[in-house]
Amino acid sequence: MKIKTGRDVLVFKIFSYIITTIFGLLCIIPFYLIVVGSLTDESTIIKEGYQFFLTAKTFSLEAYKMALKNPESILHAYGVTIFVTVVGTTLSIIITTMTGYVLARPDFPWRNALSFFFFFTTLFNGGLVPWYLLCTNTFKFTNHMYALIIPGLFSVWNMIIAKSFMKGIPFEMIEAAKIDGAGDFRIYWQIIMPTAKPLIATLTLFIALSYWNDWYNCMLFMSTGENWNLQYTLQNILNSSEALKRVAAATGMQIGQMPSEGLKLAMTVIATGPIVFLYPFLQKYFVKGLTIGAVKG
Amino acid sequence: MKIQALYKNKVLLAMLLPATILTVIFAYIPMAGIVVAFKNYNYSQGIFGSPWVWFENFKYLFVSGKIWTLTRNTLLYNIAFIGLGVIFEVGFAIILNEINNKLFKKVMQGFMFLPYFISWVVVSTIMLNIFGSNGVLNSILSIFGVENFSIYQQTKWWPVVLVFVRIWKQTGYGTVVYLAAISGISQDMYEAAEIDGANIWQRIRFITLPSLKPTIMIMVLLALGNVFRGDFGMFYQLVGSNQLLLQSSDVIDTFVYRSLITTPNIGMSAAAGLYQSVLCFVTIVVANFIVKKLAPDYSLF
Repeated sequence: MKIKTGRDVLVFKIFSYIITTIFGLLCIIPFYLIVVGSLTDESTIIKEGYQFFLTAKTFSLEAYKMALKNPESILHAYGVTIFVTVVGTTLSIIITTMTGYVLARPDFPWRNALSFFFFFTTLFNGGLVPWYLLCTNTFKFTNHMYALIIPGLFSVWNMIIAKSFMKGIPFEMIEAAKIDGAGDFRIYWQIIMPTAKPLIATLTLFIALSYWNDWYNCMLFMSTGENWNLQYTLQNILNSSEALKRVAAATGMQIGQMPSEGLKLAMTVIATGPIVFLYPFLQKYFVKGLTIGAVKG
Repeated sequence: MKIQALYKNKVLLAMLLPATILTVIFAYIPMAGIVVAFKNYNYSQGIFGSPWVWFENFKYLFVSGKIWTLTRNTLLYNIAFIGLGVIFEVGFAIILNEINNKLFKKVMQGFMFLPYFISWVVVSTIMLNIFGSNGVLNSILSIFGVENFSIYQQTKWWPVVLVFVRIWKQTGYGTVVYLAAISGISQDMYEAAEIDGANIWQRIRFITLPSLKPTIMIMVLLALGNVFRGDFGMFYQLVGSNQLLLQSSDVIDTFVYRSLITTPNIGMSAAAGLYQSVLCFVTIVVANFIVKKLAPDYSLF
């Protein structure tokens, strides 16, 4: 018997649609405003401030022309970010899944002790200072590109997600492969990894995102500009008039004439655009992926 | 016997090696390095060679009262983030679950998730674009005759703005976890309740919320472990080193960073870091202990 939808349900549904629309728009409007701002004529921005709407009168591509006039530094930053993201994510996926696999094997005798060995680091740590001193003094991270890769290689939380996913793979599969003579690494590579594709997709997305968005390691370890990644380059453009002066010098314009406000936004669009465009295609994996690894380890 | 077991598992042990090495080097060795908090650090002698000063580094932090301001800010911000975060995330999960139009739901969820994808650097541009002196908010307010409103010159708006930005960035992400938990609730319960005449508010109150309790407990417990840890990216990018705003928006992490890099006082920075680590550790252990007593199934360890 189908029960008729009551008045209360109807009211709640209308309420749900309204609230969701409001919050959804609040989430997207700032992105729209950045695009509008980047396409607004500099004199309008200075006189009247950033506008909500773009009109034919205020439309200007100056900021983009300026940003792309001297594209070396932004292209270089793109290169650094892409390289670090690809290498870091690949290595991180292998390390994370290998660790998760071993600790999920019920026949691995030290799995509990070693799981705790890893988990404990999430409860207590030495703080930034000893870590920083170790990285700079002992491992010479300063101005080396590996400084952008190594710190993000292994996260205990990702490992716990991998482990709990792999616990769900029936042990019989591993045993059968063992009887067929497969070694422990071959089981991981040829049986576990293909079975764990959804897990790998999710971890790849999250790890790649954290590499892509990283500016912190760059800020800590990169004193010279040659290994600056995209986010840190952007941060410098936003914060320092120095960076603007450099652009001005390269393009032969006076600072006063430069579309500096619009330039900041244009740079933001250039640096963020690709990830926002990719996003609709990735969305479903994110949503799916979040739910595959139960939080509890 | 032991050797045999080691030999038998040699491949598995070898596979653990990369993660183990990384953890020892970048997590356990720095733990030993906390002694630097009790030393007068100089680069030539290194962490272990520098002379001991014992509690000298802590003295300034505590006597000047600096540490209390930092702790208060960090704690209050995080409590607001956690509390309002849970309300928004659970609320939107329940609301989104009621929406039948697949396309509308997908698009809105996509919008809500988008802020999660961008770095705090980009968020700081967004903030300037909206709240700065040339910002959109000002342009709109000027239509109504309010001139030159800038939150960058007033401290009082920051707690509200930071909490709002945090909610804005995190809700889409957090909602997914609770949506999954809701989809796991048996439909039979809802149908039975409907037959018994429960209206939708009652169904949410007596079925959905209690069913979400385990998820909420675990999420809150995880967040509590970091309740004394400020989100460095957020505070650094949005507040920066704006002296005016630091009183209300400086957290332990930004202070530790500044004392390490900007105006180096390595001993003091390490002391504040150690203080924070100990607080975090005690909090999570105590919280977990309480949860274990009250509801053993929900504890973390």
